[in-house]
Amino acid sequence: MKVVVDEEKCVAAGQCVNAAMDVFDQRDEDGIVVLLDENPPAELAEDVRNAAAICPALAIRIEE
Amino acid sequence: MTARVLVVGASAAGLSTVEALRRKGFVGGVTVLGDEPHAPYDRPPLSKQVLSGAWEPERAALRAQEQLSALDAEFLLGETAVALDAESRAVRTASGREVAADTVVIATGVRARRFPGQDELAGVHVLRTLDDALALRAELLPGRRLVVVGEGVLGSEIAATARTLGLEVTLAGPLAAPMALQVGPVVSGVLAGLHTERGVTLRLGEGVVGTAGEGGRVTGVRLASEEVLPADVVVVAIGAVPATQWLADSGLTLDNGVVCDARCRAAEGIYAVGDVARWHHEALGRPIRLENRTNATEQAMAVAGAILGEDRPYLPVPYFWTDQYDAKLQVHGFLPTEAEVDVVEGELAARRFVARYRVKGRVTGVLGWNMPKQTRLRRQEVVDALQTATEPTPASTPAPVPAPTH
Repeated sequence: MKVVVDEEKCVAAGQCVNAAMDVFDQRDEDGIVVLLDENPPAELAEDVRNAAAICPALAIRIEE
Repeated sequence: MTARVLVVGASAAGLSTVEALRRKGFVGGVTVLGDEPHAPYDRPPLSKQVLSGAWEPERAALRAQEQLSALDAEFLLGETAVALDAESRAVRTASGREVAADTVVIATGVRARRFPGQDELAGVHVLRTLDDALALRAELLPGRRLVVVGEGVLGSEIAATARTLGLEVTLAGPLAAPMALQVGPVVSGVLAGLHTERGVTLRLGEGVVGTAGEGGRVTGVRLASEEVLPADVVVVAIGAVPATQWLADSGLTLDNGVVCDARCRAAEGIYAVGDVARWHHEALGRPIRLENRTNATEQAMAVAGAILGEDRPYLPVPYFWTDQYDAKLQVHGFLPTEAEVDVVEGELAARRFVARYRVKGRVTGVLGWNMPKQTRLRRQEVVDALQTATEPTPASTPAPVPAPTH
């Protein structure tokens, strides 16, 4: 699984961090998404898919 | 195992339900009915990027065509559902089509409220659909006088967008400050300052009773005092009502939305999701209905799970955000207007802060103003308080929509 984030689209909701804390974080100053692990392990795959699904800005893309 | 699912409504909640079903491994047939001709699109940009012209409408599409195709679902667009037979789970459309399924998901959202007689005057708009946004955008010419009726989230966003486009903007409504019902007196006061500073005229604290017109075109907005605020264009943003008229004879319980149990189930084999659903939130101990973008997706995931046999109550911590000028406000949880508000990070005057809302000492929600990460970190306090809830939280949350008149 490869995760790609689009900082331009991100609205800093932080919902992805709630869904998959080991894979996503937010910048302190403006809350924009920070990708911690672009190839997350299989046991996090479902959390990451959920994170992509609940992103209100559709800023997370997953390449399986 | 369910063989066929019918989703009525092709917006964020309906589409997310289909996606969640497929993600969870559902291989049965799926049909989606949508009353608009457009492929599923996102609504939050309508009052901001689409209205300002920063985005062409295509950019608000929720998915690319190939992503929709990959769902292997039948999309019947431009088909308005007019009746549901809950027993046979069959839906009839305005064109006379009948679609039956093993499971029906109601995702018909809400309709914009209007003034009586509003549609008789040119220049009076609502903003709910993409077509609404494009029609309004065509009228937002610099120098024109726009009156926005309704000081809620949508009205405040429209006022900010139009002001940025160079219109003379007046925001009217019965409350004391923009979004007073959604964020309470402290933060709405800060918001009032921001709008005033940017040149929006606030005519708040007085009811709006209707419009004035001449020759079939709007000329102003009439206040309760009989004063008329002159206008070239008017937007009515006085809330929305659940789109349940088509369910009147269905036998389902309708009461400010489709009434559901804690699993978002309205009847055997029938679920509701998104803005239209009013379900029993077990941690709050009462039914709630949420009109926000995040709920559309989160509830869709819960409903897809319920359809596939998961037995879990839906217990979200609500989240919404709004962008006005350079201000990004984010809210986790509930902000009752009577709550005690403490600034726990930053400063109000700097317009960069996190505020914590408490009722009887219990945290109900947090609001951040241009402090997204810090706000999310504070969300945990809301989660903890919800988990230890012992009595129903005040019924005043989420905020009811104010009456449009008087």
